[in-house]
This record gives sequence, structure tokens and C-alpha cells, in this order.
Amino acid sequence: MEWEVVIGLETHAQLQTRSKIFSGASTTYGAEPNTQACEISIALPGVLPVLNKEAVNCAIRFGLAVDAEIAPVSVFARKNYFYPDLPKGYQISQYELPVVGKGALTIQVGDTEKTIRITRAHLEEDAGKSVHGAAEGMSGIDLNRAGTPLLEIVTEPDMRSAAEAVAYAKKLHELVQWIGICDGNMQEGSFRCDVNVSVRPKGSDKLGTRREIKNLNSFKFMQQAIEYETRWQIETLEDGGKIEQATVLFNPDTGETRAMRSKEEANDYRYFPDPDLLPLAISEADKAAVKATMPELPQAMQARFVSEYKLSAYDASTLTSSRAIAAYFEATVAAFVGEAKLAANWVMGSVAAKLNEEDKDISASPVSAMQLAGLLKRIADNTISNKIAREVFDAMWAGEGDADAIIEKKGLKQVTDSGAIEAIIDEVLAANAAMVEEYKAGKEKAFNALVGQCMKASRGKANPSQVNELLKKKLS
Amino acid sequence: MEQRLAGHFAHPDPEGLRVMINSSLKQLGAMLAGKQISSVELTQAFLKRIESHNPDINAYITVDAEKSLAQAAAADRLIAGGKAGAMTGIPVAQKDIFVASGWRTTCGSRMLENFIGPYDADIIERFDAAGAVNLGKTNMDEFAMGSSNETSYYGAVKNPWDRTRVPGGSSGGSAAAVAARLCAAATGTDTGGSIRQPASLCGLSGLKPTYGLVSRYGMIAFASSLDQAGPMAKSCEDMALMMNVMTGFDERDSTSLQREREDYTRGLQQFEGRERPLAGLRVGLPKEYFAEGLDASVAKVVQQAIDEYRKLGAEIVDISLPNTQLSIPVYYVLAPAEASSNLSRYDGVRYGHRAAQYDDLMDMYCKTRAEGFGAEVKRRILIGTYVLSAGYYDAYYLKAQQIRRLIAEDFAKAFRQCDIILGPTAPSTAFRAGEKADDPVAMYLQDIYTIAVNLAGLPGMSIPAGFAEVDGKQLPVGLQVIGNYFDEARMLNVGHAYQQVTDWHQRMPEGI
Repeated sequence: MEWEVVIGLETHAQLQTRSKIFSGASTTYGAEPNTQACEISIALPGVLPVLNKEAVNCAIRFGLAVDAEIAPVSVFARKNYFYPDLPKGYQISQYELPVVGKGALTIQVGDTEKTIRITRAHLEEDAGKSVHGAAEGMSGIDLNRAGTPLLEIVTEPDMRSAAEAVAYAKKLHELVQWIGICDGNMQEGSFRCDVNVSVRPKGSDKLGTRREIKNLNSFKFMQQAIEYETRWQIETLEDGGKIEQATVLFNPDTGETRAMRSKEEANDYRYFPDPDLLPLAISEADKAAVKATMPELPQAMQARFVSEYKLSAYDASTLTSSRAIAAYFEATVAAFVGEAKLAANWVMGSVAAKLNEEDKDISASPVSAMQLAGLLKRIADNTISNKIAREVFDAMWAGEGDADAIIEKKGLKQVTDSGAIEAIIDEVLAANAAMVEEYKAGKEKAFNALVGQCMKASRGKANPSQVNELLKKKLS
Repeated sequence: MEQRLAGHFAHPDPEGLRVMINSSLKQLGAMLAGKQISSVELTQAFLKRIESHNPDINAYITVDAEKSLAQAAAADRLIAGGKAGAMTGIPVAQKDIFVASGWRTTCGSRMLENFIGPYDADIIERFDAAGAVNLGKTNMDEFAMGSSNETSYYGAVKNPWDRTRVPGGSSGGSAAAVAARLCAAATGTDTGGSIRQPASLCGLSGLKPTYGLVSRYGMIAFASSLDQAGPMAKSCEDMALMMNVMTGFDERDSTSLQREREDYTRGLQQFEGRERPLAGLRVGLPKEYFAEGLDASVAKVVQQAIDEYRKLGAEIVDISLPNTQLSIPVYYVLAPAEASSNLSRYDGVRYGHRAAQYDDLMDMYCKTRAEGFGAEVKRRILIGTYVLSAGYYDAYYLKAQQIRRLIAEDFAKAFRQCDIILGPTAPSTAFRAGEKADDPVAMYLQDIYTIAVNLAGLPGMSIPAGFAEVDGKQLPVGLQVIGNYFDEARMLNVGHAYQQVTDWHQRMPEGI
């Protein structure tokens, strides 16, 4: 039987607010345990939550970015369960009425575009951390993270492969950083995904029983976990087994998923509206105020790059993979005042390769957009060839100065004086009589070899098209 | 008299002391301002009374003379510097539900036996800012769950009018402290009647303000949507001064209301010396509050009080609050639901009681909570957990919320016919200790006339209306005054008008 996997994601994006969602405690990562835990974070008797407006603005930003309904009234609810790192014995979350309703995110897998429906996104607080083995035979509790704002983003079960799930997760990861609501740091847990996986016979429209893979904090693990889980479910069903609804964990060392708790053991969270918080009202004016601060979204920017800069869809998509890359590209184009495609090639080519090699972010690029534009100008005005330009770029990367200074210092200026080029050609023709004969006998390849010899003789500085032209003339 | 008082303060003679402890807050303020007594002397006098009477009455859980006297000394400096306000230097007892930095705050529970507050509740800050003296933390039903003060881990409180009887609850310690004149005034909290019912049973004045008027920050939560702090004092005039301190917007409480500050004393004098001061006031009597279940002796006293109001010029209107009977079941779904969640934080992990021996995490939770909570608290956690459970939520919690709205609508309708509502506060006078301790439903019925007010978020007040003779004893009876939202000033005014022509509020129990 042919099987189909059905995948839905729940992503927790930690919101970039300075203070916690219901208190004034700092959210800075990596502080000494419990130094960012105020009386509200540790849930002392008598304390009350007060909603951080910044967290609400982040939710609105996200809602606008995925073209979602933003609820005029949403409600905070308590999710009740006992755990040592959950100080109040309940988590403040949203249940029946989330702040962000139905929206959508378009992903690209290979050449195919696909729209993933977003069911909802809601605000909630994070729990603290249990630190096992903190002391002899005991576990410690660090409540620095308790109360950190999260946006939980839930999709419909719209993905049909690990590749689609990863593409969605990556796209979402880009987007939340793009709109400045999450730093996207997966190692620090700022962006974590729970993946619901089920399988069904291909063609069936009934959903199979799902298992939820918890807390995946890398795209690689997500891919592996979904692939393993899918295989496991198919094998289980083909062996005549049944899938039980369960929560599973992925073990990166073994590459396997293992059930953590079954449905029977699942908590009854006893959700009810939190009486300490008023319903969250968001007016049209609130939305408009946030909208005014929204950056151009990647989708819109891609379309603009295609129409404004005449780039291919692929180039536009690559250049809008982050706001910083897009900004770098646009700054380069603006300073260059030339063909955008050339700028695009350089940003996606040499710049990206160097950054990759050195594991740097574009914001840390030693060659600024202005400097890159300076180099592109010299290519465009034929001062240097593309080949020489790469040499100049490497020198710029190494901090040797601007393009013009390097060209000047190293004497890399392209030779465009036809007299000088003719002199070089004459020399080459004299020294390569055999090749000339071959060419004349009809071997086209010999022509290219002669061009190569000319370029070599000029140490790359001769203008290649001029060499071509003059050589043809000489040989005719 | 007042001249003599100062001189006799260190060794007060019985008459001087009697005057002092029965003085109104206004009179005490005048004595302090006139330097006839100092706040330190006043505080010492009350501390001394606590020392002699508290072992029997058990109104206080924690007294810290050193702290109180330091505050009194600071108040005296304010007075000397001419910076005193109306409450500066006045010793006020604080219900042990308010977290106060440096003070042990138990909430009547073993769970918080060792909990010392590291911060101040909003109202503690407000009393501090007003220069009042925190005289100590008063006894209460555990986590404010009870109507007799018998569920306190720190022992039952005795009713100063008859020490075989309960003072009511949950603010029973504050009520007994005011009644026995072990403080000048006290604070209480009221979730279903916890200020008004003990005020009724102990013969004092108590006010539960409109929900949101007093910040809940630092007030240990029982049922968040119902809890509201308020004053417990000898008279409406005293309560008006207390209200001036206690109310006000607090950004730390999301349910705190942003309103212009009000002076609750401003209208008190308007009725003084007038023939029919309440002419034009429409007083509603809900027929459901005078039906079966109300003790005849209480009904008689309340009726007399209503007659007094008629004499004061008020127009009496018959009204109906048809959903009154539903208020108890609705309350005992909603309040436990919220409580079951609010009390989850007492898990032995970060503070408070933790079992000494346990096998694993689950065992630690179970033993800690089994040991730390008393029977009534456990009962309500169980009820609350049940009504919120999957499959029961709609039938209980959701249904109760719907009826809660109907109850609020009953009042909205009633207030189109009248300005204030009068009725009994509690169905009976103080009952004997132990009498209802094993019958939770009988105990819950104590709040039949008070609970609906909390469900609607309205202000409610109880003032002394006289005495009923029970088994040869004169026991106080309270008259409940229910107002529309934010109508506290009017309620205090009409209460004050009544207290101008009656002296029930000045009566003191014997032997104190």
C-alpha cells in the first residue's frame, strides 16, 4: 500500500521583549540562575500578572505578517498542571480565544509553491527550567525563563513530507526574525517546534492517529525525526499494529523517537479564563499603529525585486531570505547605480560564499555594500574584468581597502587601448604560428586558445571583448 | 476627659481607657494632632490590651510590638513635623491575608506558617504612606475559606459578645479585634461575605467595596474574581476614613479600576441635625431576603432598623432578586474553581511548608499539600478541580458563569427601582463554636444574603442594627446595605445617618 504522511506544526517563538510577559523581570538569556526571577516570576502569595504590551504588539506583527485575523477580543486562560519549574501550578496561555486567528504562510519546495494554513497563534508564558544534578541527589530550579513571552503558532495538518515541514519551519523562522519578534536562536530555545505526525493510505481523506514529536530545536533533527517517525508508523501499521496517540521525544544520538507519555497519561489541564487578567482588546487603531512600524514583508519584497530589478524568482527569493541580506543587496544596488543582476550575482555569489566559509552573518561582512558597489562600478565601466574583480574582492575582504585603491596599487587596471592590445596580439600570433594554422584549417577551438594566450600575456588585464574583436580582425 | 487621658496613659484608669478604646478614628486623630496622646502611647495601650485579651479571644496570629512601635514613633515624628494625615499614628489590625514585608503572613494556614513577606501588599503600602501603625496580623479562616473562623490552623477565634460562639468568618480575627477593642480599626477581605457576616456577628461596621476599587496586589488570592478588601471598624465614619486610604488605582492589579480619587468622608455631615435626612431616598427590600431561612429574632431586629430608616424619611420599596437562591450553588462552583488553581502554587517547591519525608516528586506534592492544608481548603480544591475537569466544565463552570450574569442583572433591575437595598446580613446571630463545623452546607448558607453581592461585583456593607436575645445573651445583628457600583459614599452616608440616631455601633461587649 502507498502511504501518505500528514504533518502539522506547533512552534514556540520566544518574543523579543525586554521584560517578561506578565512582570517587569528581565528576559536576558544566560544570567545566573534565579537572578531574573522577581516575586511574580516565583509566584509568591498575593502577586498578580500584568500584561506586557510589547508582547501583544509582537503578536499583532505576526498576525499582520501571515495575513491573519487578529481577534478584537481574546482571552487569557490558565492551563493547570503541577511541575516544579511551573511556579504558579498553572501556565497563563490562551485557549478558546487566541489573539491571532486563521492565516497562511507560503513555502517553496523545489519548484512547487504551497500554502500552509495557520490555524492560530496565541500568547503564553514560558516555564522555568529544571536543572538536574544541580546538587548532590537533588534537582535545582531556575526560574529566569519563567514568564518569558512566547507566541505559539499552530498550523493545519497541511504538510505532506519532512521536506515540506522543514521548509515551513525555515520560512517561519525567517519570518519571525524578519518582523523582529524573535531572535530565532534555536540553540538557546528561542524557536522550538513540536511536530504532529500521522500516516494514512494515500488517497484517504481521513486523518490517522497522530503522535507529537516534542521540542525539536534544529531543522536537521526535525527532518530526521519526521523521517524516522513516518517509517516507524508505516511499519507498525503494515505489521498489523495500531498507532496510539502519544507524545514522543527525538533522540539525536540514536536518530529514533520514543514515546514519553500516552494519551491516557495526558494531563487534564482544566483550562478556564484567568480571572486576574482582563480580556485582551485590540482595536483597529492598535493594529494600524503596529502596521505603520511593519517592514516590507519578504513575499512583497520578492515580488518587487522581480519587477523592479528584473531578477528571477529564484534570485529574489534568495536575496530576501533575511532582512539583512535584502538590505545589503538594496544598498549595493543603490550605490552602484548599474545593472541589479550584477549586484545580485555578487551578493549571492562571492559575498555569500565568503560569509559561509567564515560562518559570518552579513551584518558582519568586512566588505560593506558601499564597498561592493565601488567594485561593481569598476566592472561596469570596464576598468577591470570579472576575473580580476574576484581578486580585488578577496583583497577587499582581507581589509586592504576600497576597490579603486587596490586596483591602483596592484596595477590591475584593464587595458582598453586598442594599440596596446594589438601589440599583445601580434606577439601572441608570432609565438603561436601552429595554433594560427589550426584555426585557419577550421578548428574553432584554436581561437579560444589564442584568446586565452592573449589574456595571459596581459596578465588578465586586457579587455576580453576587445581582444576577441581585434583577434578576429587580425586572423581574417 | 481628653485632657485627662494623656496623663493617665501610662497607667490608664478604667474610665480613661474606656473612652480611648471606644473613640472614633476622627477623635483619635484629633487627640494625636492635639498631642494629648502620642501614637506610641496609643499603640502601647492597644498592645497591652492584646496581651491581656488575645490569649482568650485569639484575634491575632502575629503581633510584633517592636515593629508596631517603630511605626508609631515614625508617626509621632510626622505629627510633630505637622505632616500628619487623618490616619497618621492610628493602630490598624491587618488581616493575615495581606503580605507585609518583614511580617509573617500565614493566611490562616499551616502551609504558610514560616512565610515572611518580602514585599508589601498595595493596601499595606497605602496604610504605611498614610502613617498608620500596623498593629498585627489578625486570625482568619484558612485561605479565607469559612464563615466561623474555625478553619484557621492557628485556632478558632472567640466572639467577644459570647465566647462560646464564633465571630463569623473569614475575617473573624479582624471582627473580634474591633469588637473587643483590640485595635482602632481593621482590614478584612470579602469573597462571599467574609467582611459583612463577621461584622454582623460581632456588632461592627464592615464594607466590601465595588470589585476593583481596592487593589488585590499582595492580598493572597482565594477566588480572584470575587475577592475584595475593605474596612472593618466601629462606624461608617471610621470606615470612610479607612476607605480614603485603601482605595485607588494600582497598575500591578489588572482588575484595579482607574477612577478619580474620592473623599468618602465628604458627604457624611450632610444629614446631621436634619429632621428627615433621608427624604427622597428609595430603599429596596428584596422579598427573597426576608423569606424562609431567616431567624425570626434577626428578622425582627432588621425590621426595626428599616422602621428607623422610614423615620429618617426613606421611601421603602418592595423589590425582588429572583435568583438569590442560586447564588450559593453558583458561588460554590466558581469560587472553588478559582481557588483550586490559585492554591496550586503551594507545592512545597519554593516556599512554605514542605513535608519532611517523601519518596519522589509526586509524593512530595501529595504529602506537602496533605499536611499543609486543612479539611475545608481540601474540600474546596476538590470541588474546584472537579468542576473544571474535562467533561464537567460546561455543566458546572460555564453554567455558573451564565447564572452569575443573571444575578448581576437582578441587581441592575432592582437599582432601577431603588437607590439602595437593605436586608439582613446573615440569617442568624453568632452560632456556637462547633455547631456547624461538620455541616458544610449549613455553614455555606451563612452567606446566602451576602454572596450575590460578590457575584455581581457590587458594594455591600453591614452595620450594627441592634441585638437579639439568644439563650439569655444579647447578640448583635447586622443590617446589610447594598449599593450600586461605586456608590460607597452614599452607602456610608446613609449608614452614618442611621448611626446618628442609634448607638448600636458604640456598644461594647462585657468584660473587655
